[in-house]
Amino acid sequence: MRSRLAAWAFLLPLVAYLAVCYAYPLFTNVDLSIRGYTVRSFVHGGAPLVGFANYATVFGDPTFRTALVNTVLFTLVSLFFQYTIGLAAALFFARGFRLSATLRALFLVPWLLPLIVSASTWAWLLNSESGLVNAVLEGVGLTQVNWLTSPQWSLVAVTIANIWIGIPFNLVVLYSGLQNIPREVYEASALDGANGWQTFWRVTFPLLRPVSAITLLLGLVYTLKVFDVIWIMTKGGPSGSSTTLATWSYELGFGNMLPRFGPSAAVGNVLILIAVVAGLLYIRMQRRQELS
Amino acid sequence: MFPATLPTRLLAAFGLVVSVAACSSTPATTTPDTFSVWDPYPQFTAESEWAKTIDKCGSEAGVKIQRQAYDTTDLTSKVLLAAQQGTAPHVLVLDNPVVSTLAEGGVLKANSEAGLDASQVSPNLAAAGTLNGQTYGVPIGANTLALYYNKAVLSAAGVDPASVKDWDSLNAALAKVKAAGKKGITFSAIGTEEGTFQFLPWFWGANGSLTDLPSGKSALELWKSWLDNGYAPNSIVNNTQTTSWQEFATGEYAFAENGTWQLGNAKKAGFEYGVIPIPGRTGGTAPAPTGGEFVTVPVQNNKDTETKAGRIATCLTAPDKVLAADTALTYISAVPSVQQQQVSAQPELAVWVEAVKSAKGRTGDNLGTKYPKISQPLWGAVQAALTGAKTPEAALRDAQAAVK
Repeated sequence: MRSRLAAWAFLLPLVAYLAVCYAYPLFTNVDLSIRGYTVRSFVHGGAPLVGFANYATVFGDPTFRTALVNTVLFTLVSLFFQYTIGLAAALFFARGFRLSATLRALFLVPWLLPLIVSASTWAWLLNSESGLVNAVLEGVGLTQVNWLTSPQWSLVAVTIANIWIGIPFNLVVLYSGLQNIPREVYEASALDGANGWQTFWRVTFPLLRPVSAITLLLGLVYTLKVFDVIWIMTKGGPSGSSTTLATWSYELGFGNMLPRFGPSAAVGNVLILIAVVAGLLYIRMQRRQELS
Repeated sequence: MFPATLPTRLLAAFGLVVSVAACSSTPATTTPDTFSVWDPYPQFTAESEWAKTIDKCGSEAGVKIQRQAYDTTDLTSKVLLAAQQGTAPHVLVLDNPVVSTLAEGGVLKANSEAGLDASQVSPNLAAAGTLNGQTYGVPIGANTLALYYNKAVLSAAGVDPASVKDWDSLNAALAKVKAAGKKGITFSAIGTEEGTFQFLPWFWGANGSLTDLPSGKSALELWKSWLDNGYAPNSIVNNTQTTSWQEFATGEYAFAENGTWQLGNAKKAGFEYGVIPIPGRTGGTAPAPTGGEFVTVPVQNNKDTETKAGRIATCLTAPDKVLAADTALTYISAVPSVQQQQVSAQPELAVWVEAVKSAKGRTGDNLGTKYPKISQPLWGAVQAALTGAKTPEAALRDAQAAVK
């Protein structure tokens, strides 16, 4: 009996934490999304239940398509480059050379900088008129690009900034994954006469798969909800060309003088749903791996 | 064991002392009546003239004041959340286009009930806070937009600023500046309320009406032609009013559309500048939108508290107090008699006083809470046209269709 009580007591903080910090906000968000809130009913209560009307509004809005496509592009391209560059850097540092620890620490700087700093810096670099990037492009004889102010380039610009921010995370996790691959496997493959390329594809990459999977999943969740970088650099513009679901949700709820909490919450929930689906896929993948 | 127990005892004793001290430091008496004042002026510290004025008004009403400053864009959502929780501030200094939204939301008390009086204020400025015949709050001052110009750039290009009377003469001036190898004009066309704010003088100057967006298409065509002719930099699409000012401060630009609040920075820019009103399409001064905040009294569940808050708000907007605040903010007073005092103290403000007189509230024309629903499609249209995604006419037509 006593041990039972003790068990519950140990469980209580976690349950309370989950309820207060996860379940309640999630419930509130779902509740917001199925009610027709106006400013008056937000303050004084009594917003009527409207079922899926907010979702219908959101799905029917032409911005939804743009935001969804942008979110997918932004996320996939970011993940691809963050992972490949992060892995290349991790392999480079795994060899261990003089000052490699110092250099690796320097690589972490983008991760340590507050997002407002890195995003503003990128916005300055990519400025059409006075940006360094355009000055360099002109210097080498290329035409200038309106990175942040043309609908064709704005999404590319924010994706580049986001890749730069995400590389350190991939580097750190993949580097520690590399440390865990036993030396003997490499020795064996060297004795068998494998060249560098073969060693990577036959030894390193397969053995790194579990770490890669979790890195990519975490990266996916982080990237789906990236908001600060885009908002600071382009505000989702010009004319919606770099709007993602995350920035659109914010724009609906807080970016206007007349907040539209219902549709904003609906977009937020769609985003959560996408992240949950990705999480479930990861669990399934992991289970299959454990079975085999 | 013994050596270990002594420090333990000491520690326990120390802990006891600390906890007793902590207990005795909490006040036993009831807290004094404290009133909260929220404002969007985080740049003013507790030592500023503005903070002192608030304290003075508090002590005149016999209460202590707790002031909280937020960023303008944060303030609205903070207030909404607080009002929902029943913890709205007692006095709220609020950006003028938001006043009608919060008034309709039942967050603000009408002047007649809170004991405020906006009758001293110029009617064009009070209009932003008027909804269904009731006025909510009193403007603390006003700012608006005009054209700053760089004297050296204009004289090198052979342009007399006094010759800029309408759009044609402005275009001619920009052409001369460009021919002289300098940059023409910078402004902000960002996809937020700031973009609409900057577009409105041109839109209204072309006799555009916010209830019929395509009626102002010549304004959007003007902006687009500046981009196409290279009179304006491409960065305007992403410029806030601050970054646009930074461009002007480089000394490369002939003109900048910017607000009263930049006067302090203009003096620090290191070159001679002047200010002219924004011209209408066929001449005259275009109506620019009014900026600036209203001092309002949010709804409380207690009549006495509301009345007392009303007294503090009245004090904050009283002519003798408001001059200090307006000077600190580089705002033009909303009260004509105080405007005259400002001009006699600083003759350079005369052009701004004129601009404020012909300025128009964004939520005026009885638009009220409809304004935000128009403003958002409008800035979208401006961006779509400037980036070439749509023609100015099509962009405005689509925007009008999107207004629900």
